[in-house]
Amino acid sequence: MTFTTPPSSLIVEPQPQPHDEKKHNLTGFIIFLCSESVIFLAFFSGYAVLKTSALNWLPPGVAGLDVHMPLINTIVLVSSSGTIYLAERFKAKENLALFRGFWLLSMAMGAYFLYGQYVEWSGLEFGFTSGTFGGTFYLLTGFHGLHVATGIGLMGLMLVKSFLPGNYEKGEQGVEATSLFWHFVDVIWIVLFILIYLWQ
Amino acid sequence: MTSATFSENFQPEQGSWKRYFSFNTDAKVIGIQYIVLAFFYFLIGGLLAMIIRGELITPASDLVDRSVYNGIYTMHGTIMLFLFIFPVLNGLNNLLIPTMIGAPDMAFPRLNAVAFWLVPIFGTLLISSFFVPGGPAYSGWWSFPPVSIQNPIGTFVNGQGLWITAVALSGVSSIMGAINFVTTILRMRAPGMGLFKMPIFCWTALAAQCLQLVGLPALTGGALMLLMDLSFGTSFYRAEGGGDPVLYQHFFWFYSHPAVYVIILPVFGIFSELFPVYSRKPLFGYVYVALASFIIDFLGLIVWVHHIFPSGVAQWMRNFFMFSTMLIAVPTGVKVFAWLGTIWRGKLRLTTPMLFCLGGLFNFVFAGITGIMLATVPIDIHVSNTYFVVGHFHYVIYGAAVMGIFAAIYHWFPKFTGRMPYEGLGKLHFALTFIGANLNFLPMHPLGLMGMPRRVSSYDPEFAFWNVLASLGAFLLGVSIIPFLLNMISSWVRGEKAPANPWNAIGLEWLLPSPPHEDNFGDFVPTVISRPYGYGSGLPLVENQAAYEQALKEN
Repeated sequence: MTFTTPPSSLIVEPQPQPHDEKKHNLTGFIIFLCSESVIFLAFFSGYAVLKTSALNWLPPGVAGLDVHMPLINTIVLVSSSGTIYLAERFKAKENLALFRGFWLLSMAMGAYFLYGQYVEWSGLEFGFTSGTFGGTFYLLTGFHGLHVATGIGLMGLMLVKSFLPGNYEKGEQGVEATSLFWHFVDVIWIVLFILIYLWQ
Repeated sequence: MTSATFSENFQPEQGSWKRYFSFNTDAKVIGIQYIVLAFFYFLIGGLLAMIIRGELITPASDLVDRSVYNGIYTMHGTIMLFLFIFPVLNGLNNLLIPTMIGAPDMAFPRLNAVAFWLVPIFGTLLISSFFVPGGPAYSGWWSFPPVSIQNPIGTFVNGQGLWITAVALSGVSSIMGAINFVTTILRMRAPGMGLFKMPIFCWTALAAQCLQLVGLPALTGGALMLLMDLSFGTSFYRAEGGGDPVLYQHFFWFYSHPAVYVIILPVFGIFSELFPVYSRKPLFGYVYVALASFIIDFLGLIVWVHHIFPSGVAQWMRNFFMFSTMLIAVPTGVKVFAWLGTIWRGKLRLTTPMLFCLGGLFNFVFAGITGIMLATVPIDIHVSNTYFVVGHFHYVIYGAAVMGIFAAIYHWFPKFTGRMPYEGLGKLHFALTFIGANLNFLPMHPLGLMGMPRRVSSYDPEFAFWNVLASLGAFLLGVSIIPFLLNMISSWVRGEKAPANPWNAIGLEWLLPSPPHEDNFGDFVPTVISRPYGYGSGLPLVENQAAYEQALKEN
């Protein structure tokens, strides 16, 4: 290969890779969440198509879904986005005690949501195979519930990590990703609540 | 520090062939693992193709039973797409992306290895379906309901269930890969390498992986619902339970149409890399070629309904999707004319990779023309479910994409194995492939226009002439793989040692020794100062390029 302007020297200085692994992890996680949201979008659009084209949407003997309890559930879950935000703020201020407190509160609120869903499911008069309504209802709420459970698991992991000596720095980025995941789960639930409970 | 330190700093080449059979996190090892495994499945898929064409050489259904035939074409399509072409492209991505952008490895090396090892797992799952009661899935590689949800009662483990599980796992593996590739390209480029100084292969890989991220979850969601219908008795797609079988077709094609761009975009990248090298000219219209990839992405996501024009979709949808499909010819044409502009009056070197590129481009243009025909609603409705469609997509997939992949393998073989491939065997491979592919797939077009349906093991004798030609072409394609395998194995074992830059190409990967060290550039990350493809411009690609080259000589 020939060059018009040959370099002045033959010296190659070492230049470490300027890569920030924490930022990679967060970028990767955000890309994962974007991809995850498409699965929900597929389910949402499937729900809308099936509902608008159905001749008999609700299974025989089912009048509709009770909105009262899911609404309380929704308020609790959406509020947990606020508590997890506060936890993150205290983490940034290096106030570990308050971080753990609000973090635990968010976990408890998530657990309450799951419990509420369990109570709701056990009182329902239709099953997974009760037509397209039954199938889509359980698929959507179940798939979301799985995400809530995963979120609680991740939060538990971060909480344990915060007690490991010297792991404060390492846990921090996991906290950010977990919190992002939790906000994602909340936003998905809001759409789901509107679609299933309000648009009856 | 002198240039000698450059080579001293590297870890010695460690390990042997055994590392290709282990859980290794080096992207270059994973890349070769992907490619070799993909070609193993390619042989299985190819064997099934030989059975299909053997059956179709005579009008009667005399080679295999009709139900077996259904399983064979289903598995041929599924294996070729999910076990050959996506893995082989992931292999190329693994080899090329880090070395092209000056990164030591992928952003998530362990995730990368996990994504790879899922391939033999779901491959085994899929192929084991030949041995379960009832045989493999038989409803085509798209598995449309209602055929795909006819689960024989009492057989929970069945071919169709295994098919869905394998495809869903393939989706998980591909999403892991996509997250890794996108993060690597966005975050790990060498200093000075802005997006518009990035090689086109990385642009097209980025565009293709973004499509995976948007499309694949929809297919995975749809497949999950199919599995529920098949195994748990729900009625998402069962018309008798209020479900909608066409809904699955939407989910399936929302991914599987863009999937063709996931396949062809990296091949466009390969063309864009190779034409400048073997024409000794800069890539014509670099910026437009780069951006066209994302325009293809956008349009590719809004055209899926053209696959289901005859499935009772609304008229407005037919019109919208016909025009959006036709629009794809514009960004694709930008690329084709850029390549023609690149080779125009260039000093062409007709090496094996260049021949594969030229052959692939020829076939792709032909496939593009029949693609426009298929986008037109009246023609599509006439030829839908005939051999015309089969001919069209085989021109795209084998004629263009697989030929592009062969070009890439021959071109980068010296870089990653350290040995030169044999030119004579390569040219024989090209001649057999090009003639075989055209003899195989061209006759499918008149067959389709005459009305021969696809997915049949017997046909009217009036179709016999073209079918005999197609089958002969297929057997020639089958034979064409022999010189390729011979070449790969023998040149890897005892081929001539490759220099760092045997083709006199410009690119970061060509600064590295052949084969590159485990951490690529190590601590000596080059600073990129000019755009790639500066053939004839005399501009160095990186700062202190002569120092790098000096160090390589001493290495």
